Amino acid sequence: MKYVDEYRDGAVAADLAKAIAAEVRPDRTYAFMEFCGGHTHAISRYGLEDLLPENVRMIHGPGCPVCVLPVGKIEEAIALAKRPGITLCTYADLMRVPGAKGESLLKAKAAGADIRMIYSSLDAVKIAEANPEREVVFFAIGFETTTPPTAVALKAAEAKGLKNFSIYCNHVLTPVAMRAILDMPAAPGEAPIAIEGFVGPAHVSTIIGMEPYNEFAEKYRKPVVIAGFEPLDVMHAILMLVRQVNEQRSEVENQYIRAVTREGNVAAQDLCDEVFELRESFEWRGLGAVPVSALKLKDAYASYDAEKRFATTTIVAADNPACECGAILRGQKRPSDCRLFGTACTPETPMGACMVSSEGACAAHWTYGRFRDHQKTARRAS
Amino acid sequence: MCLAVPALVTEILDDNMAKITLDGVKMTISTLLVKNVQVGDYVIVHVGHALSRVDPEEAKRTLELLAEARDFALSAGGRR
Ligand code: SF4
Repeated sequence: MKYVDEYRDGAVAADLAKAIAAEVRPDRTYAFMEFCGGHTHAISRYGLEDLLPENVRMIHGPGCPVCVLPVGKIEEAIALAKRPGITLCTYADLMRVPGAKGESLLKAKAAGADIRMIYSSLDAVKIAEANPEREVVFFAIGFETTTPPTAVALKAAEAKGLKNFSIYCNHVLTPVAMRAILDMPAAPGEAPIAIEGFVGPAHVSTIIGMEPYNEFAEKYRKPVVIAGFEPLDVMHAILMLVRQVNEQRSEVENQYIRAVTREGNVAAQDLCDEVFELRESFEWRGLGAVPVSALKLKDAYASYDAEKRFATTTIVAADNPACECGAILRGQKRPSDCRLFGTACTPETPMGACMVSSEGACAAHWTYGRFRDHQKTARRAS
Repeated sequence: MCLAVPALVTEILDDNMAKITLDGVKMTISTLLVKNVQVGDYVIVHVGHALSRVDPEEAKRTLELLAEARDFALSAGGRR
């Protein structure tokens, strides 16, 4: 495949690893956070951590949209879907996320709620058009990548004059979450997580461009290198980060120049500005309530706002107490630190959100990483 | 949700829609968010929408930068 195969070449990856090994200083360690679940997936799938020198450590970040959505939001969506007359449209990844009492959208669907899995946001508009007697609610989640498609769906519904289409808006903002991680006080009894730089999101950056990361370089003195999702992109970005750290630079650099421009997708930004405004606060799994970290529909679009139309109430619910997703999303723990990992919790029987989505740290580690753990333990033992 | 690879645009349809092929899989997507999408372009697709176009020049430049890093590794290999 064009633009894919050339960025997956194993021999080049091995040489990039050599370049990184030649650049790192032996007298120090390097800890970089890959914000995006897409990068977490690539790192696990291609075993990139095994290629890196011992003193370069990757910390998984909270950039998995399904993972950061708290249990309460799943409960709210289930409650909406159970109301008579409502058809709830949702992206497939959300279907299996466990709710508070072991319920999920999938189970609610099996029990008779009208829940439809959609691929495109525009599918929800089509369903509303084809079912005028139903109230069709689009359960919209995700970072800046998924937000413009929601705005496009809203505009399409408006153009068609649909009165039975609304959006349950749960879109969240990447830079605010990065700031929340950097500002996070250390957990009691634990050292604060040291992050020396970020592998910046690929697709989020196609929309928002480079400018929103400037504060991390300037104020926090953390280098940010925006990287593509292929393994060579990630290795290249790590090399660029190591060089910045060694040269005591903190800049926003763009490794993913083939798809990300400095200004981003201005048409998408303008459309989102027209439709959405900031929420005062939003609850994240792992990060808690973060001020101005999410979006809601503007008043001008109140008739499309499911929260207003159906007077939804906020449900606060706790994760399974044994699930470590929260600490994993904050970069404080790893999937293998969770005692449910691979025993009670697998992709077939997920106990937490991080095991559901393929971008989730637990799912990525289960699918690609756990064998390497065994090999490492075996090597140490022998 | 975010794991997408660039898709080839094969046909431009009405209403800012286009047909794409992604590793043999054909799909119809919206191109409203990216101006002037043409047949033969590669686009980044997310939940049924093109988000950006792959720039062939910059893609070439990335491969050159990767080659540079490789050369560096090979020359550094002698030192270590
Ligand atoms: S393994 Fe399962 S229960 Fe443990 S942190 Fe991951 S998702 Fe939660």
